[in-house]
Amino acid sequence: MDRFDVIVVGAGHAGCEAALAAARMGFRTVVFTITLDNVALMPCNPSVGGPGKAHLVREIDALGGEMGRSTDYAYMHIRMLNTRKGPAVQALRAQTDRKLYSWRMRQVLEREPNVYLREGCVEEILVRGGAVEGVVLESGERVTARAVIVATGTYMRSLIHMGEVHYEAGPQSQRTTHGLSRSLEKLGFRLARFKTGTPPRANSRSVDYSRMTPLEGEPLVQGFSFRGKLAPKRQVPCWLTYTTRETQAIMQANLHRTALYSGAIVGIGPRYCPSLESKIVQFPDRDSHQVYVEPEGWDTQEVYLSGLSTSLPADVQVELVRTIPGLENVELMRLAYAIEYDCLGPHQLWKTLESRSINGLYFAGQINGSSGYEEAAAQGLIAGINCALKLKGEPPFILGRDEAYIGVLIDDLVTKTISEPYRMMTSLAEYRLLLRQDNADRRLSVYGRNLGLLTDDEYDTIQRKWEAVDKEIEALRSWRITPSERVNGILREMGSVPLQHVVSGEELLRRPEMSYSRLAALGWTSGVDEGLEQIVETEIKYAGYIQKQQREVERFRKLEAKRLPEWLNYGEIEGLSREAREKLTAVRPESVGQASRIAGVSPADISVLLIYLEQKRRGRGGGAGRMKDGGQG
Amino acid sequence: MAVEFWSDDTIAAISTPLGEGGIGIVRLSGPDAVSLVDQAFVSPKGRRLASARNWSLNFGWIVDKHGEKIDEVIVSVMRAPHSYTREDVVEINCHGGLIPLQGVLERILELGARLAEPGEFTKRAFLHGRLDLSQAEAVIDVIRAKTDRGHRLAMRQLEGSLSRVIKEMRGKLVGLLAGIEAGIDFPDEVGDMEPEAIRQIIDDVSGEIAKMLATADTGRLLREGIDTAIVGKPNVGKSSLLNRLVRENRAIVTDVPGTTRDVIEEIVNIGGFPFVVRDTAGIRHTEDVVEKIGVERAIALMEGADLVLCVVDGSSPLDDDDISLLQQVHGKTAVLVANKSDIGSAESDERYREILPDVPIVRISAATGEGLEKLEQTIVEQVIQGGIDLTGDSLVVTRARHKQALKEAAASLEAARRTLEMGLPQDLIAIDIREAAESLGEVTGESVTDEVIERIFADFCIGK
Repeated sequence: MDRFDVIVVGAGHAGCEAALAAARMGFRTVVFTITLDNVALMPCNPSVGGPGKAHLVREIDALGGEMGRSTDYAYMHIRMLNTRKGPAVQALRAQTDRKLYSWRMRQVLEREPNVYLREGCVEEILVRGGAVEGVVLESGERVTARAVIVATGTYMRSLIHMGEVHYEAGPQSQRTTHGLSRSLEKLGFRLARFKTGTPPRANSRSVDYSRMTPLEGEPLVQGFSFRGKLAPKRQVPCWLTYTTRETQAIMQANLHRTALYSGAIVGIGPRYCPSLESKIVQFPDRDSHQVYVEPEGWDTQEVYLSGLSTSLPADVQVELVRTIPGLENVELMRLAYAIEYDCLGPHQLWKTLESRSINGLYFAGQINGSSGYEEAAAQGLIAGINCALKLKGEPPFILGRDEAYIGVLIDDLVTKTISEPYRMMTSLAEYRLLLRQDNADRRLSVYGRNLGLLTDDEYDTIQRKWEAVDKEIEALRSWRITPSERVNGILREMGSVPLQHVVSGEELLRRPEMSYSRLAALGWTSGVDEGLEQIVETEIKYAGYIQKQQREVERFRKLEAKRLPEWLNYGEIEGLSREAREKLTAVRPESVGQASRIAGVSPADISVLLIYLEQKRRGRGGGAGRMKDGGQG
Repeated sequence: MAVEFWSDDTIAAISTPLGEGGIGIVRLSGPDAVSLVDQAFVSPKGRRLASARNWSLNFGWIVDKHGEKIDEVIVSVMRAPHSYTREDVVEINCHGGLIPLQGVLERILELGARLAEPGEFTKRAFLHGRLDLSQAEAVIDVIRAKTDRGHRLAMRQLEGSLSRVIKEMRGKLVGLLAGIEAGIDFPDEVGDMEPEAIRQIIDDVSGEIAKMLATADTGRLLREGIDTAIVGKPNVGKSSLLNRLVRENRAIVTDVPGTTRDVIEEIVNIGGFPFVVRDTAGIRHTEDVVEKIGVERAIALMEGADLVLCVVDGSSPLDDDDISLLQQVHGKTAVLVANKSDIGSAESDERYREILPDVPIVRISAATGEGLEKLEQTIVEQVIQGGIDLTGDSLVVTRARHKQALKEAAASLEAARRTLEMGLPQDLIAIDIREAAESLGEVTGESVTDEVIERIFADFCIGK
């Protein structure tokens, strides 16, 4: 077989972004997937975005990733969530045609000059002298490369549960793999067992939509990608209905038959998408739970029944779903199931997503204990970028918690003890107000350009846009409004306090009741288009809060800048508490800031650490390399 | 939580035990040390510290925000790098006793200094090269020892009524945050909170905090005085001693909630210091189960106390129970009280010293009051001579920390209320509420983020 620089194992959301990034940065990259028909598959909800997740997609786009463009291409329904809340937590969400999404992503991979898409199941990772050197396929082929990115999702030793029935399979009845788990264990990796699940799918013709509430999409201009506008489409609505007391009764009568409560499942499931059985057990007082009926594609009758994830046996599933208004005569096309799979404790990785123990071996996506397509894609992109940088001999690319949700995601994965599949949420980001989805391009496009993942044209367009925003803010700042009968009359009409003295446009816009459109009545002509007006308004209105977070970021950065050397042996540092010593040894933080985020490491432990470092520094300063030589001799 | 691990903010602490004549020092270190103290310093000639010479002593007063004098002071200014920490250092020598000393510290914190972490001055001195390498271990020991002590103290306080209230308030705020955040991160499943409901919780907690701050100097906060345990075997006169101390000394606090425990506690002011005096069950060897629990409890209290008043019946010879008790007291800051001096003295001082060396002995009669003055004097000496740590993590400082935390929380809630009234979105209100919860969390040391997420999943039904 041909020689490659990079092997990507898996063509899901992480694998696709990883391969594209490595290839676009100049490396021959081969992608192995169990089946070519399922590139970038959405085996659960065919939806992209939502709070925290939309932020990730916009960031991926600003770094030259593909997820945003594929979603914009394949969307069937799109909406901005949280519009009544602040700009930092507003989030786009789209329902996509999953076939179209998958098909486009495969096209992009097929056409990318440095990407080689191959069907094949990887069974073993080859390592020599602490460095990765290739993989062995099920076919017996040995493929060598300088780096390997493992992005196998939930396919390792995956086990599907449906009531009393359990069988080995990956999502959507695809094959599972055993070899890779064994290979990784042999290489010394610790694997954990996680669980997730998916609801049943129904045939749309059997659904009585007249008993449900429609949720319409919105005619938005800007989609997930900054590099283009959203093509207008006739959108498909989602439908809302509710479970009933009958649903609850059936569930309760059959609780012992669910795989979850019968004890068949050992993996730990996520709290944010519990199955219907856990919802009913945990919240027994609630008479009903929401069910959303969502489209799966333009050319299929299949619909997704969001809210009905369960591990009930097949016979009960049909009975249960038919207790829901509008679904009385439902024909199920796919049954719900719970799935358990192997994943890696991500603290075995550096923030580049490279393994700490084996050179050139990277891990990205759900195998790292995360959940969700967006989280996977973000990791894939970062693994691909860092893999390429390493091959080039350049310094790694690590985003801070103050720079991007991607930074929060990866820092959390490698620092915190992940005890359930990790999902991105806006409440996990300390500097939420700075990390908005509307400014992801401003924050990150410079990196995208420097990495060679954004073209100069794309970058320049983004720059021009933000220059226009800054100019508009400047203009508003120098625009003076003088109190007059006319001006105060208009203000009174708007329910705003009349002016006593001259104010700037900026000051006026800062008033809570004032909006950009209202400034027009006072004689302001906007210098930016509508989409940008909102950004200008945000920057001005929330300036106080934004500045406050910026000050916090400065403090945060100081702690991040204090690096912890790799040679630290926490076992020998006197004065650390035992818990801190264990946790620090397990996580091996890269900076003092990261160390301070580990549960069980107290400020006193950090002080001890600092003093130890200073002690070592001076010891070294005394005689060049003395300690190191002493250590080796 | 904003924990600063090194040098670029300004820290403050009571840096020495209270000395003779009630002199104590509040020390500051950091870039704003001089300008910060200047804001509260008034000299008779209107001199500013900013223009004071290096290593000069400046006489004047520290005043509160209304300009009222807190204490007469002498302030020394030592500018970087010619100081202990190699940063700007200011020392405020106070002499009005403990209460003004504390007032000065609180005023400095109010102006924006951060209360120093245990051993932080020494740590800064080391990190700035002021101390040599051989001292590193000593520095670590200081940090560790003080932290462990602080930890013990915190554990003890967790059981206290003050931290119960603070925890409860914090719990309300975390619940509120979870409500707001769940609505943000899971808009399909969880509806927005009503502004009115948010306001009610803010008002509720603000009210609680205001009440606590209003009584800060007389109420619960002061209950954390110097923890003093009266121990001794049964019938040596422990209760009479406590009653005597209470009768002779103005009780500072009257709102001690009805105690249902087997330990009676009173708060008394001795020589200007607040003491929480606990009368414990008699300690002796016993097989009786109920009594055993009381004894174990008494021993535990003694272990945690700042000062132990070890009472023996001076009129009778020491028996095995006495001796075993004295041996347990060994190594603690203590006073040996030989009671019933009106009846007689059965043992010599030498004999007592043989079993419990290095501890002052005072003979009193709790029944007649004889020797009580001497006892009080001895107790105060124990405090002043540094036997009891008023710096670092001591009760006094912990109290200042709590008060500061409450003030900060109150300010954040005020900001949250304003944000709410202005009709700004809920994610902005969440910023202030999170800050308030974090301030309260500094007392209990818990991380808000993780807890909010726990609460979101516990309180709201979210699923696919």
